[in-house]
Order: sequence, then C-alpha cells, then structure tokens
Amino acid sequence: MLPLITVWAFVFYYAMLNEIYDSLDDGLENQKDILIGRLKTEPNIIEHRNVKKNNHVFTPINKKKHKHFKENFRDTLIYVQSEDELEAMRIYSSAIKHNNAYYKLDIITSMVEEDDLIESLITYLLGLYVILILSILILNNLLLKRLWKPFYHLIAQLQTFKIEDNTPITLPKSNIEEFKLLNTAVNTLLQKSTHSYSAQKQFIENAAHELQTPLAITINKLELFLENTPLNDKQLKDIGTALDNLGRLTRLNKSLLLLSKIENQQFVNVETIPFNTLTEKVIADFEDLANHKNMRLQIKASNDLNFKINQDLAVIMLTNLVKNALVHGKRNNTITITIQSHMWSIINYGTPHQLDQNLLFTRFKKTTTNTKSTGLGLSIAKAIATKYAIELNYDYNDAHIFKLTFPKK
Amino acid sequence: MKILIIEDEREMLNNMRETLEREKYIVEATTHFKEASLKIGVYSYDCILLDIGLPDGNGLELLKQLKAQGKNEGVIIVSAKDSLDDRLEGLNLGADDYLPKPFHMAELHARVKAVLRRRNFDGNKTIDIGNVSINPENRSITINQKDIVLNRKEYDILMYLITNKTRLVTKSALAEHVWGDYIDQADSFDFIYSQIKNLRKKLNHATINVEAVYGVGYKLDIE
Repeated sequence: MLPLITVWAFVFYYAMLNEIYDSLDDGLENQKDILIGRLKTEPNIIEHRNVKKNNHVFTPINKKKHKHFKENFRDTLIYVQSEDELEAMRIYSSAIKHNNAYYKLDIITSMVEEDDLIESLITYLLGLYVILILSILILNNLLLKRLWKPFYHLIAQLQTFKIEDNTPITLPKSNIEEFKLLNTAVNTLLQKSTHSYSAQKQFIENAAHELQTPLAITINKLELFLENTPLNDKQLKDIGTALDNLGRLTRLNKSLLLLSKIENQQFVNVETIPFNTLTEKVIADFEDLANHKNMRLQIKASNDLNFKINQDLAVIMLTNLVKNALVHGKRNNTITITIQSHMWSIINYGTPHQLDQNLLFTRFKKTTTNTKSTGLGLSIAKAIATKYAIELNYDYNDAHIFKLTFPKK
Repeated sequence: MKILIIEDEREMLNNMRETLEREKYIVEATTHFKEASLKIGVYSYDCILLDIGLPDGNGLELLKQLKAQGKNEGVIIVSAKDSLDDRLEGLNLGADDYLPKPFHMAELHARVKAVLRRRNFDGNKTIDIGNVSINPENRSITINQKDIVLNRKEYDILMYLITNKTRLVTKSALAEHVWGDYIDQADSFDFIYSQIKNLRKKLNHATINVEAVYGVGYKLDIE
C-alpha cells in the first residue's frame, strides 16, 4: 500500500506541477494580450522598466533581434522584500512591435513554491493514506465480517461436526451466489456421507443378523451329530474344536451386533445405577474364572458411585473391563477395582510394558496373541462410555490401569 | 406332550424337531404364518416355539391371536433378532421365554422343559432319577432321602445335566446356561471344571454322576 501511494505521489506531483506550469503560462500569455491592449489607451506603460513594481518590463531591442526573437518561459529566482527570501518566479519573454519601435516584453508571475507544494502534498497524501487504512479496517471489520458471517457460521459447524452424532447442520441462508453454491455443495456432501455412514452401520447390523441363522443351524447340526454318532476320542475332540470355533464366531457376531446397536442408539432407557453393587455383582459372575487362574478380585470403594445409564450397557461395560483384566492378567495376581464418587478404575498385572493407547480401543486390534479373544471387548466398553460422556482411558504404571471418569453434573 | 414349531428356516426347524422328538415329544411344525395361524386356531399344544421373523407375517401377531382366543399355550420366542424391543413386546404379549439364535440344543430343551414345568404340564413336583430326588420349587436335593447341600452353580449344573440326561452337553452350553451370557468371552471354559469336581464329590453316594466327554463337554452318567 505504502509504495503504491509513494509512486502515486510522484506521478501526482509531476502531473500537478505540469498542470500548474501550463496554467501559469496561459495566464502570462493572457497578461501579454492585456498589456498590448492597454498600450493603446495608456501608451506610457511602455516606459515601465522596473519588473518588481509592475510585474512586467519593456526593454527596447533592435529590429534584427526582434525578428529572431523566440518566445520563451523560464524559471528564475527574484528577491522578494516582504518575504525576505528568493522566490521562484516564472518569466515570459516575448518580442512586440509598438509604434515602429521594437521591445522585449518580460512578464513575471510568482510561481508555486516547490518545497511548499511537496510538503503539503506529503501531508495530504499521508492524510489520505491514514484515512484509506482506517476505512479499509472499518470496512473489513464491519462490512466484510457481516458479509462473511454465513461462511464462518458454516465453518464453525463443520469443525464440530461428528457424523456419528447424527445432528444436522443448519445451513445459513445467504443471498450471495458463491455462498449459496457452497451451501449446496456442503449439503450434498453431508447427505452423501451421512447416508453412506448409516448404510455402513446398517450393513454391519444386517450382516450380523443374517449370520445368526446359518451359525445356529451349523452348531446344532454338529451337536446332534455328536449325540447321534458313536465317536472315538480324536473325533470327539475335532468336533469339539469345530464347535468351540463356531462359538467364537457366534460371540464375535454378537459383539458386532451389540456395537452397532449401541451406535444406532438402540438402548434408550436410563436409570440411576449404583456402580458399587453392580461391580460386586459382576465380580461374583467371574469368581470361578478368577479362581481358576488363581487370581483375586478386590474392590476398594471410598465413595458411592451412582450414574444415570442404561442398565444393560452398564453391566456390559463393567463386564468387558473385568473380563479384559482377567483374560490378560497374569496368574497368581490381584486385580484391584477402585471406586470413587466420579471414578472407577481397574488395575491388573500383565505383559510388563505399556500398550498402545490408540490401538487398544480399536476394533480387532489385538495387543496379544490370545486367539480366543474377539478383539471387540474394549471397543464395546469404549463405545458405551462415549455414549454417556464417560472417559475411558488406559495408563501403565507397572500395572495396566483402565480408568472410567464420570462427568460431574 | 405336544409341541408346535413355527420356523421358516427348514434346517433350523429340522434340528429343533430332531432334538425334541428325541425327548419323546410329539412335534408338529410349519414354516408359514398362515398355516401356523390355522393350526393354532384348531389344535391346542403344550408349548409353541415361535420364530417372529416369518416371511409372510410377524410372529408377534400369532401371540396376539393366541391371547385373543384365550389359549393357554406356553410360548417360547425364537429369534435371530436379539432385540430388546422384541423381547419386551413378546414377553408383554404373554410369551414365556425369549431365546435368541444361535442357541444350543441342550438349552432349547431346557427352556421347553422349564416352561412345561412352570405350567405344571409335567405332573410331578419332584424329579426322581436313580436315588436322587430334586424339588425344583425350593431347589432342594436328597440322595437316599438324605439332604445334601449344593451351591447355586452346582445345582444349576446338575439340573441342566438331568434335564438333558439323554444328550451330551457341551462346555459352552453349560457355561452360558450356568454362568450367564457375559461369561462367554472368557478365554476358555476350563474354569467350570472346579465346580464339576465339587459336584462330583457331593454325588459320591448317588446312582448318577457327571461324566466328562473328552474335549467336548459333559453328560449325566446313570448307573
């Protein structure tokens, strides 16, 4: 901006100076015509010899000089008493003929002082510059902000948009063609993404449903086969292994179904659940498994923890966390569950190194080579926690810690 | 004992029929809503196994029809769609039980038996097998008229094996029945062994006992 204005100032300055010279010169020529006119009525002015007094002077010249005289304009400095300095003056010299005598006529006029001109030019340009900047700022802040409001409104919504939340985006109305275009494009994009997201969720649920019946038929056929056919030990064991793996498939399928049901918001009813008693109940279910692995489950409750949640989901969440601790925990160790008024945590000893927090809650990311786990238990716990704004975090401090932090009301 | 199976998957239906016929029930079956509706209207059954996802109608409508006709059949809903809403609606409409697919054959029989027993279609109040006598109402057991004390899990295991005395019960069927659905992701079902071991000790003087079938499960051993 500044260089532009500076260049502009130079151009403007010279253009103006040029214009001023032009106008001065015109004035001088005009004055010459007036003087020639005046000569007819006041012939004595031809005697004017003092330039300072009359602003013009007649100097007699010979005929030859008159013939070859070239009119010219020039600048000169003349001392001015009133201002006590040399002033720039413009002189117009021309030759005239009067009563058969030849004269050189010099007419002077005071000229614009260049330094004054430059000074005021700079002042005014600076003024212009400041005003320009101010108006740009004001325009930007008031007008443009208002103009771009629909845009920023849209951006703010897009930044917080989560496809799984299913909250629609309100597109701001605008008369501006470009924003209308943007709105339409965003709208189409969102609709397409939401549609394919729900189609994908629906697909998982439907696929899991459709798998149930063939699984059931296969499992039941094998069970009936076991009962109907006399088999030797090896055959029994093979069928048993097939059944075990079908069981795994069934559990996997059920877990997938559960996950999509949680995500499809199919658990609506909530009630206040006392987590202390719920934890005791869950632990009781796993007592035999714990005994089998020679592990001990203990609860350290310092406060009552009550939270509004769907009962089934609360059970599933705690069950998955306890199960995870038992399945991956080291034998002959103690699993400690700590309950505080807004916190529930479970600590177990297992593989002696930190697990990757990012992979831990991802579907089918197994951190161990345990072939019997579905790789979905922690994802399910996480999905339930997220649904109720509970934070589920993992930490490692010699032992593995899974911590639920409940939102305070 | 007459049982009606309404199930559109033919192989599923065959499995259920085979299982129940082995227990000496008279089984009738249909794969269609309309035929089921006709049968329900004309005949009466002791227990109906009802798949609610039929191609030509919703099984829940059959439940409503039964209720409207004032019939007193025991109904077990069998569904591939393990949905809470269906379960609640079915039970509200008067179904006795809800069994999500896939299920074990032993579990199916146990549920049928339980429904029949609850409705007192089964006659006797006590179950006598060998020198063991069980009263399901107060969950008490005697061996040679002498009371023995079983914990909840031991009792459930024994009852499940007695109910399915003619069949081989797989470890997972037993675990899911006794320990509940949530145990299902445990890394192995070996943990049920300790309860079985205790149960065997307590059945020392009984003419029945628990026999392990290598690698598969357990069955009731009757002398």
